[in-house]
Amino acid sequence: MSPDPRFDGPGPEEVWLTALKEGRFLLQHCRTCHACRFPPALVCGACGSSEIEWKEASGRGTIYSTTTVRERDNNYNVSLVDLAEGARMMSRVDGVSPDEVRIGMEVQARIVAEPEPIVLFAPSAGGAS
Amino acid sequence: MSHPLRGRAAIAGIGNTKRWNAPGRTPFDQMQEAVILALEDCGLGLKDVDGLFCAISSSGLPVLNAAERLGISVRHADGTMVGGASFLFHLQNAVSALDHGLCDVALICYGSNQLSAGGRLVSMPDPQPYEAPYKPRYPISSYALSAARHMHDYGTTRENLADVALAARTWANLNPDAFARGPLTRDEILSSRMVSDPITRADCCLVTDGGAALVLMRADRARDLAKPPIYVLGTGTAVSHRQIAAMPDLTTTAAVESVRRAYDMAGVGPSDIDHVMVYDAFTFTTLLFLEDLGFCPKGEGGSFVSSGAIAPGGSLPVNTNGGGLSCNHPGMYGLFTIIEAVEQLRGACGERQIQGAEIALAHANGGVLSSQATAILGTAATI
Ligand SMILES: [Zn+2]
Repeated sequence: MSPDPRFDGPGPEEVWLTALKEGRFLLQHCRTCHACRFPPALVCGACGSSEIEWKEASGRGTIYSTTTVRERDNNYNVSLVDLAEGARMMSRVDGVSPDEVRIGMEVQARIVAEPEPIVLFAPSAGGAS
Repeated sequence: MSHPLRGRAAIAGIGNTKRWNAPGRTPFDQMQEAVILALEDCGLGLKDVDGLFCAISSSGLPVLNAAERLGISVRHADGTMVGGASFLFHLQNAVSALDHGLCDVALICYGSNQLSAGGRLVSMPDPQPYEAPYKPRYPISSYALSAARHMHDYGTTRENLADVALAARTWANLNPDAFARGPLTRDEILSSRMVSDPITRADCCLVTDGGAALVLMRADRARDLAKPPIYVLGTGTAVSHRQIAAMPDLTTTAAVESVRRAYDMAGVGPSDIDHVMVYDAFTFTTLLFLEDLGFCPKGEGGSFVSSGAIAPGGSLPVNTNGGGLSCNHPGMYGLFTIIEAVEQLRGACGERQIQGAEIALAHANGGVLSSQATAILGTAATI
C-alpha cells in the first residue's frame, strides 16, 4: 500500500508558513462546500472534503472581541478577528491605541516581520470605528 | 424509566489536604496525603483500589507516577487530561468502569505545589503556534475575550463581576478552611489592577497548593462503609475547542451540552438543585456558567449575581467553600467542586451548611472554556 495521494505534498502548516515568509496571507477554501478554514488543516472543517484550495486572503476583517494586555511598561492589543472569508483568527490591531480597538471595528491585514513574519491588523481606511 | 447509570455508583470517601501553602512538598506528596485521607474516610485500604484516575499539571505520565508512589497495581486506569475539568471526566469514566466491572474501587486523585513552587500557573507544554506570536496572557486573555464579548452583547458590567468576588469572599468567611478570608469591599475589587481588560487581579482565582481525592464504588457496596454514600445521579461531558479563536460563540460554552446530558441522566432540572459548585477560575466564569447551566436566562447572569442570589442567604447557594476565588485554586480546581458538594450533602459544612441539601450540581471547566463537565450528586433520599 502506498500513502494516500490526497494528502501528498507539504503539510498545511508548512504551506501557511512558507507563504507568510513570501509575504502572502493564504487561506484554505473548500472546493466542495466553499467553507474557509483557519488554522489550516488536512481537510475541510465543515464537510471533511480533502479538495482544498489555497487563496490569497482579502485581508478584510471585523473585530469579534478584543482585550488590552497590561504589562508594567507596555500595553498591547489582542483581538479575535472575523475574516471576510468566514474564518476567525487571533491577532493584534496596531496603528491605534489598544484602548481604541472596539468590537465591530473594521480592520485590514498586513504582514509584519517581528522578526518572524506574522499577520497583524490596522483599522481600515475610512472604515467604521 | 430512569437512566441505567443513575445512582449506580457512589462517592464513598473524600480527601482534602487543605494545605494551601505548603513549602517543601511535591505535587505527589499532596496527592498521596489526600488519597490516604479519602481511604480512611470510608474505611478502605490501598490494597482495595483497583482503578486509578489521575491528572497533575506538572506530570505528563501522572497515572504511572501516582501508582508507583501509592504502591498499587491497578487493573483499570485513566489519565484523561483536559485541564481543570479532567477529574469530572474521570468521574464519568469511573462510573462507567465500575458499572461494567472493570474495577471495584475507583480512586480519583490530584496534587499541586503551584504556590510554594513559584506562585505561577503551571501549564503542560502545549504550544499554540497560531496564538503565541500575539502574546496573549495565558489563560487570562482568552477569558477576557469571552468576557468582553459578553459585555458587548448583554451589557454585563465590571460591577457584576465584582459582585461574584464579593459573594465568594462572604462564603469563604464562613469556611475556616478557606485560604482568603477577611473583609473585602466592592471598591477594593473595582480598583484592582487591570491584567487583560476587562479582567483585573481581583477577578482572578487564587494561586495555591493543594491535594484532593475521591473513592467511588458501585452503590450496593458503598452502602456498608463508614460514611453515608453520596450517589452519582448524573454526569455529562463536552469538548469544544483548544484555542479561544476556535470557540464557536464566545458567550455560550459547551456546558450547555454537558449539563443537558447530566440532567437527562439524573432526571432532574435546574429547579431541583439545592447546591451549586461552578469552576470560578475568574469572576466572569461563575456568571457565564450559571447561564449555561440553566439557572438564569442567557445574558442575565450579570443581574442574577448582582441580585444577591448566589451569596449567603440568597436563593441559590453557589460556591459555598469560597470557590477558586477565595477558598483555594491549585491550578486544576475541578476536583474541589465535588469535594464541597459531597461535604454539603453529608451535612458536614458547619456555619456554611445548606440546610436540607439533597441534590448538588458540580460543574468544572478546562483549558480556555474548552472542556466542560457536570456532575449531579444526591443523598440516599434521592435514590
Ligand atoms: Zn467543505
